[in-house]
Amino acid sequence: MADKINLIVDGNEIQAEQGKTLLEVAREYGKDVPTICYHDATTANALCRICVVEVEGQRVLQPACIVKAAENMKVQTRSEKVIRSRKTILEMLDSTMDLSEAAEIQVMMKDYEADPNRFPDAERREVPVKDDNPMYIRDYSKCLLCWRCVQVCADDAQYTFAINFEGRGYETQIGTFFDKAIPETTCVLCGQCVGVCPTGALKPKREFLLEQGMSPNEISVLNTGRKRRKEKPT
Amino acid sequence: MLKPDRIVTTTCPYCGVGCNLQLHVKDDFIYKVTSPFDSPVNHGNLCVKGRFGYDFIYHPKRVTTPLVRRYLLEGKPKPEGREQVFAVSKDGNPVAHSQISNDWDWVETDWDTALNITADKLVEIYKRDGSDAMAVYCCAKATNEDNYLLQKMYRALFRTNNVDHCTRLCHAGSVVALQQATGSSAMSNTASQVIMNDVFIVTGSNTGENHPIIALQMKEAVKQYGAKMIVVDPRRIDLVDFAEMWLPLKPGTNVPVFSAMAHVIVEENLINHEFIANRTEGYQDFIESLEKFTPEYAEEISGVPAADIRKAARMYATAKNAAIYWGMGISQLSHGTASALALIHLAFLTGHIGRDGTGLNPLRGQNNVQGASDMGSMPFHYPGYMRVDNEDNAVQWEKTWNIEAGGLSRKLGLTTTEILSHAHEGGVRALFIMGENPMMSEPNLNVTRHHMQQLEFLISQDIFINESGAFADVFLPATPFAEKEGTFSNTDRRVQRVRVAQPPRGQARPDWEIICDLALRIESRLGRATAKWDYSNPEEILREMASVNKDYAGITYERIDKVGLIYPVPDLDHPGTPTLFTESFPRGRGKFIPLDYVPVVEEPDDEYPFILTTGRVLEHWHGGTMTRNSALDEAYPEARVEMHPADAEMHGIMNNMPVRVTSRRGEVVLRATVTEKTSVGVVFIPFHFAEAAANLLTNDALDPQAKIPEFKACAVQVFPARESDLPNPDIVLERGRY
Repeated sequence: MADKINLIVDGNEIQAEQGKTLLEVAREYGKDVPTICYHDATTANALCRICVVEVEGQRVLQPACIVKAAENMKVQTRSEKVIRSRKTILEMLDSTMDLSEAAEIQVMMKDYEADPNRFPDAERREVPVKDDNPMYIRDYSKCLLCWRCVQVCADDAQYTFAINFEGRGYETQIGTFFDKAIPETTCVLCGQCVGVCPTGALKPKREFLLEQGMSPNEISVLNTGRKRRKEKPT
Repeated sequence: MLKPDRIVTTTCPYCGVGCNLQLHVKDDFIYKVTSPFDSPVNHGNLCVKGRFGYDFIYHPKRVTTPLVRRYLLEGKPKPEGREQVFAVSKDGNPVAHSQISNDWDWVETDWDTALNITADKLVEIYKRDGSDAMAVYCCAKATNEDNYLLQKMYRALFRTNNVDHCTRLCHAGSVVALQQATGSSAMSNTASQVIMNDVFIVTGSNTGENHPIIALQMKEAVKQYGAKMIVVDPRRIDLVDFAEMWLPLKPGTNVPVFSAMAHVIVEENLINHEFIANRTEGYQDFIESLEKFTPEYAEEISGVPAADIRKAARMYATAKNAAIYWGMGISQLSHGTASALALIHLAFLTGHIGRDGTGLNPLRGQNNVQGASDMGSMPFHYPGYMRVDNEDNAVQWEKTWNIEAGGLSRKLGLTTTEILSHAHEGGVRALFIMGENPMMSEPNLNVTRHHMQQLEFLISQDIFINESGAFADVFLPATPFAEKEGTFSNTDRRVQRVRVAQPPRGQARPDWEIICDLALRIESRLGRATAKWDYSNPEEILREMASVNKDYAGITYERIDKVGLIYPVPDLDHPGTPTLFTESFPRGRGKFIPLDYVPVVEEPDDEYPFILTTGRVLEHWHGGTMTRNSALDEAYPEARVEMHPADAEMHGIMNNMPVRVTSRRGEVVLRATVTEKTSVGVVFIPFHFAEAAANLLTNDALDPQAKIPEFKACAVQVFPARESDLPNPDIVLERGRY
């Protein structure tokens, strides 16, 4: 049995198992700490900072997904500072990317009364949809750089290492090495990345085509395009 | 953003891992597949087939109307010859014309007509030629319920044990070896225990491509849990990047390599004395047979350095928990049984069996090959591996199926390969194929073709007219996994639910319904009051089977609604049995069986200097009925022969160059991939591609006990060919993956 520690969360004295993160502890006690980049199946990296909480004695807000609960910690999961920080993160996200398919983030926007027009002059990241393989498309206008796809492609699941961050600062985006098309990379088309994408930036080709207005029948015929070419005498 | 009409939880129809799927369906169209991250099988991970490879369901070439040849409809005599006629896709109309005779045209018909014709012909042949003329291929892709019913139909109505399926072509050697040595024939431990291994051997298995999700667990075991992996394989598969050791043996030299490891373990006294004394028999005779298998002798035969054999043996023997995972590279040989026994001996010597994180683990290929075998889709066994030549077993099934005493045949049936080689006058006359494709999966296809043509009556129950169905007299359109209810049993014995995601397309019907309907028609023509055929749902079928097969006794659909159960599940409260043999083996003591080295039947020589080994690629599935009618075919559109750079240079062959690969039995033309993934002297061709079918080349030599063919080694020559010799010169595979 792991050792128990005592801490105070939102004014309540609680017990937690040693080694648990603040996020795990908070959720165990029914506290709503929002997450975006965090996923049960990937290693937490505290990239998005939406899960920040206020810890007494700490100069800055602490990301709950990686900070471990400690003895006598005093934590506030929804202080004014926390709420303001989360709201700003959401507003910044919304002003630079397309959140139309990020249902959970849209709920957070309402919850935190985020103002979509807070940063009217922000430059939106708009890149063309990459449709370079038969299985999935990559629409990086919808990418918030949560890094989950890179993690599951690497040692959180697949050990294939086909994608990573490229560029710096505002120019950062997810890409393949040397910007090669997916079929020419080490990608095995497993779609682990599609499975963890929170914003619809990665999605199955069939889903994408349906959304483009193609009918199931048209999509099914599309599969056979290559074969029809094959039958042509050469 | 699409909102699904429904999300249906089911089990993947591809490999034996048995990944849990959630099918997102809109307007009866599966547009997305996800997997629950809390799945105990695959933890939310899938491979390209499982996540994207379901679009074959909607392919225009899928047949959803019963088809019969015109001669049957018009009551004419069968035209001479048996010609392959594939459905052509014209306005979605799957009616094709025969070249030889209008009477051999496919004609669309209704179920009544198709099933009455089928019942009439089967009964006519049975009454004329008796039980031995009847044979059936069950299907490792269909559900347990489908398979149970089909073997029941042939055993109960036609009184024959000529019942088999493709297990004969994949793990028959492993099954026979495990039966002889332990009395069981499944993985002893589960795939999720890979992370509990300290040392594990992967041999004859390209796990990364053929069981991708188990390979992830192997990589995790190495990278996160500090396990050490030993890969013993002629190919430098992707797992080698994660391995502590790679032993690149020559194809077909498993027995000397693993027996030499046993030799080292005995010589250096790394054996588990207690285990050998308490749990095994035949040890003395066995160690005498080991004497000649020195590592130096094995090196001479296999090419694996003796020092590496010694090191691997020590690693395996001295580990706290060690396990062995193997695939077809062990079993698909004319001495496949012996190869598997060589592995079993290692576990017996060291006691690395009967505990979590150890074991003997044949990775089963198909989604339900374990289940189809459990269901008695085999010529020597009723469901539950009950021998057909055992009087008590026969009596038990006669009672269950309401058959008169002595009614069931006590004679061992023909195996998959034997069924076709017996297709001649006085032999097998009628063959029912459910979902299999022997015209792709049998060895030496030119001979298989000849055998298929000798049949008097051939029924294909499938979703496409594949290379085998194209020979059939009757085509019965069945439903794929997403249009039926049932269960699959995966490679680690986990029984999981398969669920309806959408209604059957066209007139297609679930296999179990077709079988019941046909059985009732046959029964009334035979005038036999026999077994039950009027099931209202598949669970009734499973419960009937489980009333005799005690491994499944505690399995109900309710219990496996969310998470599958790992059999044996002897009663309704039993939680399942992830680890077998903890106390004893089903046969009592584990049996050591002395081995001899027998070379492969066809060794390379001056004329045919290369060893051809066959296998699969990640993007395709076996005979290709599903994946070649899917976007997966765009991801991997053509057959390739892999050749080592040293061989390629010597023969003037460059990457992407067309080459002609010839064996004593046939030839194919395809592009070369020059790669160190294969070893010197060995070429590799996947067997999915009809236009360059690897099995035109393979040798139909059989293992004498398991009757499994030698797919993994035959001699070939390779010469440059012209672009115009290629079946599809305008297609070039462009993939960067290893």
